[in-house]
Amino acid sequence: MSVSKEDVKHIAKLSKLNLTEEELEKYTTDLSNIVDFANELSNINVEGVKPTAHILDIRNVFRKDEVQPSYDREEILKNAPSKDAGCVSVPKVVE
Amino acid sequence: MKEYEVIIGLEVHAELSTNTKIYCNCSTSFGADPNTHCCPICTGMPGTLPVLNEKVVEYAVKAGLATNCEISRFSKQDRKNYFYPDLPKAFQTSQYDLPLCLGGHIDINVDGNKKSIGITRIHIEEDAGKLIHDAYTGDTLVDMNRCAVPLIEIVSEPDIRSADEAIAYMQTLKSILEYLEVCDCKMQEGSLRCDVNLSVRPVGQKEFGTRTETKNLNSFKAIHNSIEFEIKRQIEVLENGGKIYQETRRFDDAKGVGYAMRTKEDAQDYRYFPEPDLAPIILSDEYINDIKNSLPEMPHIKKERYIKEFGLPEYDAEILTASKKTAYFFEKANAICNNPKAVSNWIMGDFARMLNEKEIEIDESEVTEENLACLITLIDKGTISSKIAKQVFEDMFETGENAKEIVEKKGLVQMSDEGAIKEIVQRIVDANPQSVADYKAGKDRAIGFMVGQIMKETKGKANPQIVNKLLLEIINK
Repeated sequence: MSVSKEDVKHIAKLSKLNLTEEELEKYTTDLSNIVDFANELSNINVEGVKPTAHILDIRNVFRKDEVQPSYDREEILKNAPSKDAGCVSVPKVVE
Repeated sequence: MKEYEVIIGLEVHAELSTNTKIYCNCSTSFGADPNTHCCPICTGMPGTLPVLNEKVVEYAVKAGLATNCEISRFSKQDRKNYFYPDLPKAFQTSQYDLPLCLGGHIDINVDGNKKSIGITRIHIEEDAGKLIHDAYTGDTLVDMNRCAVPLIEIVSEPDIRSADEAIAYMQTLKSILEYLEVCDCKMQEGSLRCDVNLSVRPVGQKEFGTRTETKNLNSFKAIHNSIEFEIKRQIEVLENGGKIYQETRRFDDAKGVGYAMRTKEDAQDYRYFPEPDLAPIILSDEYINDIKNSLPEMPHIKKERYIKEFGLPEYDAEILTASKKTAYFFEKANAICNNPKAVSNWIMGDFARMLNEKEIEIDESEVTEENLACLITLIDKGTISSKIAKQVFEDMFETGENAKEIVEKKGLVQMSDEGAIKEIVQRIVDANPQSVADYKAGKDRAIGFMVGQIMKETKGKANPQIVNKLLLEIINK
């Protein structure tokens, strides 16, 4: 297996997912298969091929530093499940 | 107890003084109502396309050139993933393996000792939003105005060995950024802040100790105190046979205590990957040279020039050039009165003290360059004594009135008429036979007493050189 159970636990934690023992088993197999499949690319000879930083052949896409009106606050907060005092309200973050 | 060596590296975040955010046209101005400088791009709505602000590249290149970095001809942006409510996209657009600037250094000065501090890299990235704790509901409120305000992160090599060196490094960097006008460096508003990476090791040990990172320090005092605290803490732990954990820490400046935020167990895993929505940045030699040629005179160069051109002591030159505003004031005032040392003395002396007391900067003061130059000219011409000048300056500082007008209005013109002064000197000598006798018996202090009496009589306006001359003439007759 190219992906260990520990790896999956770690990824689940980063993704804020709680997995059951069964799911853990299943994803360890599934993710291993995916990684193995992607690893086949390592067999390709890439000698002389430059590393790709961007898939499109574009560069230097810039904008002028000129202020334009922002959105109305009501618009911006429309999608927030909870709001208060002109802000998005979220459960307390412990510092 | 063993002797320990302290190893410090700083990560400095500077908010760039652009008009707009890094990837959208929302304003960056400070202090607006919450969430009024926001749009779908900076609040991370799906399907939006960020476009890089050209000034961000220019400002970062300026900072790189001024700190002797190599500017990358090819650079790209990456996503740094982390999950926190101050970051609506759940990733920060930053630069990972190909930053804009690499491998520079700046020279710092600690108690007269010069030292070079290496700069590992400077990269561009976006700031996060502000979290406000709501005491009433117990919830956390998110203000996204600061989301995507452009930042440069300046990473130093672990070349710093003490709190004093860290402060000197930070001050030098601040002065450079101010001269470049790429950051307003208002630490109280968070536009300049730093993270301190610190470890200790017994003297002689080759390997570095385990380091901790104290985040988000936004005053010189907090930087200094957090470093002192962390050095002491790490040494104590090691001396007691304990182990230092690699952790992120916070410093409460009001209490003077640091504490751990995240420990090793849930160490961050940022999973950087190339930002597919932003194009690579490819800079030509021409672009870089144009910026290089547009750089203003940097503080350390200006300092050398002040020493050579104006014959100022190194100490004066250092203080005058530390802030661009002070240097500008000095140059403008000196251009009018042509007395560099006098201008320097005023700026570093009474003027500085009054500015400090009032907690304002030199360009916010009522005293203009012209007005200080005028005051100095009045002293140089002998119109007023330097003692009276102090009094005039206080008035200038309070009211912004012109030095000449104050002198005329208050009748402070120095008495230089020998005949008139002689009369008063004679009167004082006649009235103080004991002092004359004391002086003749070898007590030089008696002269001082009589000079004091004469100055009192003339309300401080008598020209002191003439007073001294006449007094000695009369007594020794």
